[in-house]
Amino acid sequence: MGSVYRARDMHFPNVTKLVAVKEMINTAPDPLVRETIVQNFEREANMLATLHHPSIPRIYDYFTMESRSYLVLEFIHGKDMEAIINETNSFLPENQVLTWAVELCDVLDYLHKHKPDPIIFRDMKPSNVMINQNGDIILVDFGIAKTFQSGIKGTMIGTEGYSPPEQYRGEATPSADIYALGATLHHALTRRDPRLEPPFSFSERPLRRINANISNEMEAVVNMALEYNPESRFRSAVDMKQALTTVARKTGALIHSAPLTGPMNASGIKPLWSFKCEDEIRGTPVIFQGLLYIGSYDNNLYGLNAADGKFQWKYPTDGGVVTRPAVFDGNVYFGSEDKRLHVVSARTGKVIWTYYTNGPIRSSPRIAEGHVFFGSDDNYIHAVNLNTGRMAWRFETADYVRSTPFVARDLVYTGCESGDYYAVDFRGDLKWRFHAKRSITSSTVGTEQALYFASMDSTLYALDPRNGWVLWRFRLGKASISTPCIMDDMIFVGASDGFIYAVETRSAKEIWRFRTEHQVNSSPVVYKDSLYCGSVDGNLYCLEYRTGRLRWKFGTGGAITGTPLVYDDIVYVGSSDHQIYALLA
Amino acid sequence: MDKFFRWLTGNKQTTTTTPAQDVANTAPLSEQQIQAIVSNQNPRFDLQQLISSCGQSVGKQRELNEDSLLAMTATMAGNSGNLPFGLYIVADGMGGHQFGEVASNAAIRTVAGYVLRKFHPYLFHIKSDTMDESFQEIMQAAVSEAQRAIQREAPGSGTTLTAALVVGQQITVAHVGDSRAYFIYPDGRVEPITRDHSLVKRLEELGHITPDEAVNYPHRNVLYRALGQGEILDPDIFTLGFPQPGYLMICSDGLWGVLTEQDLVRSINEAPNLQRACQNLVNAANSAGGPDNISVILVQLIG
Repeated sequence: MGSVYRARDMHFPNVTKLVAVKEMINTAPDPLVRETIVQNFEREANMLATLHHPSIPRIYDYFTMESRSYLVLEFIHGKDMEAIINETNSFLPENQVLTWAVELCDVLDYLHKHKPDPIIFRDMKPSNVMINQNGDIILVDFGIAKTFQSGIKGTMIGTEGYSPPEQYRGEATPSADIYALGATLHHALTRRDPRLEPPFSFSERPLRRINANISNEMEAVVNMALEYNPESRFRSAVDMKQALTTVARKTGALIHSAPLTGPMNASGIKPLWSFKCEDEIRGTPVIFQGLLYIGSYDNNLYGLNAADGKFQWKYPTDGGVVTRPAVFDGNVYFGSEDKRLHVVSARTGKVIWTYYTNGPIRSSPRIAEGHVFFGSDDNYIHAVNLNTGRMAWRFETADYVRSTPFVARDLVYTGCESGDYYAVDFRGDLKWRFHAKRSITSSTVGTEQALYFASMDSTLYALDPRNGWVLWRFRLGKASISTPCIMDDMIFVGASDGFIYAVETRSAKEIWRFRTEHQVNSSPVVYKDSLYCGSVDGNLYCLEYRTGRLRWKFGTGGAITGTPLVYDDIVYVGSSDHQIYALLA
Repeated sequence: MDKFFRWLTGNKQTTTTTPAQDVANTAPLSEQQIQAIVSNQNPRFDLQQLISSCGQSVGKQRELNEDSLLAMTATMAGNSGNLPFGLYIVADGMGGHQFGEVASNAAIRTVAGYVLRKFHPYLFHIKSDTMDESFQEIMQAAVSEAQRAIQREAPGSGTTLTAALVVGQQITVAHVGDSRAYFIYPDGRVEPITRDHSLVKRLEELGHITPDEAVNYPHRNVLYRALGQGEILDPDIFTLGFPQPGYLMICSDGLWGVLTEQDLVRSINEAPNLQRACQNLVNAANSAGGPDNISVILVQLIG
């Protein structure tokens, strides 16, 4: 617990001499603990008093008053390196970091050559490096420069992420400071905070893979400083400084015109076939016995040959069709904006029966237990008997129901536009409810462990299916109507900030995110090693689902809002350019 | 399944693997018989509920107990049924000279206090709407508060923390350091669900040392992440389903550091109930030398 004050030294009343006063408040109730803290504080003061170097702040005084201890230090006009990293939106220029690195080697060299005993700084990290008005570096906070004791738990000192492996064993050598300097440079050059990464994992994040503008030479120096074995690092700060100046000479006042690593031959992909409707396709297709069914805003449901895209039949409704059809027992079920659920023969496209609601239907039907479940803009969840075409029950909600019901464990789960989320049993009775801050258009995917859905309140939710308690929430950059998809222990979802997110299902930790050029309203699907997802930028993206790396993308003439379908190594996707495309997966 | 018989009969591994003894007049138990034995050991109710027990010992070589432990089992009574509710925490304070017991005590008090304040309206009043925060957010906030409390009450000290919040069938774990949580199944499988934040574990993960070398590594008790240390604390927080049938076990390294997985399973399976199982585990750790403080919690979701 401590603060640093900017203060004026009143010993010099005629001039303004600013000093920094570092305050330590001793809040420990235990007297023994209190004493230890005061001792630590005084040790820092005594150590600073023996040091004279332009990169080390001068100490003027120290004192303790009741529960507070104070150090009076040279005032530094400037900012610490961590603040500079965080305030910059792009990468810091390599030359800038290089200059700082050389100065840091200088001051480390001074400390390491201190007589009678070398001083090991032990806590090199961006927040302990100040950059003053002249752009020179000042090392601050000598608070933990103390001797190590090995063997007992509790010897852990240093900042996780920057400290070398041997420091945890209680070994403090100049080589440990060199490692931490390497870690500091790595942070400054990549903007990746090592405290948020597993310890000693720098080799998994090579500099040039994150920031392609960094020179090979600079990468080599940082890598050497970060070597796992102390013997493999630079032997001294002087050696490291020499290597850095060599880099500076070689790369000069370099301006990198980095080749933009474009996506792999985006244009090279040709669809197997495409089929043009008379209006936009915003829905999702389904395949059954070699036929592909897709609805369009031209009011028709189309039956196409999945192998070559040949037209088989179309069935006209009186409204746009955005729902994903469901096929059961030879019949195709789908809702239309003409307020009806249509049931037609999968083979011929002839009507079997229809069912009226009092509002346009944008929620896709889900078939389970002899019933079809779907929502409607009439504010009801409908359960209709498959054999009779009659309503079994309907459940009133607070607003339009546009998300597709999810059925598991004898419960029907659906969100609605008011942000309410319902779990209804097979008698149509409410089991539990949950309320999100804004509408839930995204449909639910569920496992034994949790229900997952996104909301317009920019959150991806995980709920307990049995009682609706929230297990975790994951913050998306913007609102989402995309339906998540699960593979292994990962969950994927799109959002209107243009990103496709991959999140760990147990811990809600982000694994990767991929940026598209526009909103992602489409829902991702995973097939084999790939994730497929459309974007309003008109592209269908194929990513490596574990890493989020782009495999290829395919451009269409309009926004893709529907979910791709992958079946038998072929991806089918509709676009608002009126076409449906079949691509090799 | 072979292993299971060994525990049932208490035989050593070597005796069952020699083929000569297979001609003896013994028939293996059928699946049903095994199920019967397993179900006899466990109480059954038609409603789901948690049962738990715990054990602690200072060990044979330390003078001071720096471990702290909390086990709380309850039921959340609601209009739409009763929900099992439990909070189980083990904290192992670091290093004698640095006030480890102050740190582990503060950790337990702060985390439990924070979590129970959040659940107070649901435990003691009727609240129909679901909570605004998620389990993981509550645990995250509780750990952050504990971090501040330790830095205030005993700066420089540190502690491990392994806390499990159980609501219904969901276990949400917050974990820092090298205490551990395990799922133990009746068929003898032992599944560690936490990952040690210790130097030795990290070196093992990186492949710098082998698991065998790890066992005898000289700096086994050095942590790289602990509650009370560092400015940014990034606890592991995750949610899992409760093993059914099975046990949740939380313990300090005074227990797992000296007992093998087979010891754990044997101690539990030989006991008629959870209380005795905890006693067996603590006794086994002490018999193995008891080099450190021992803390263990066992939890079962039955019904």
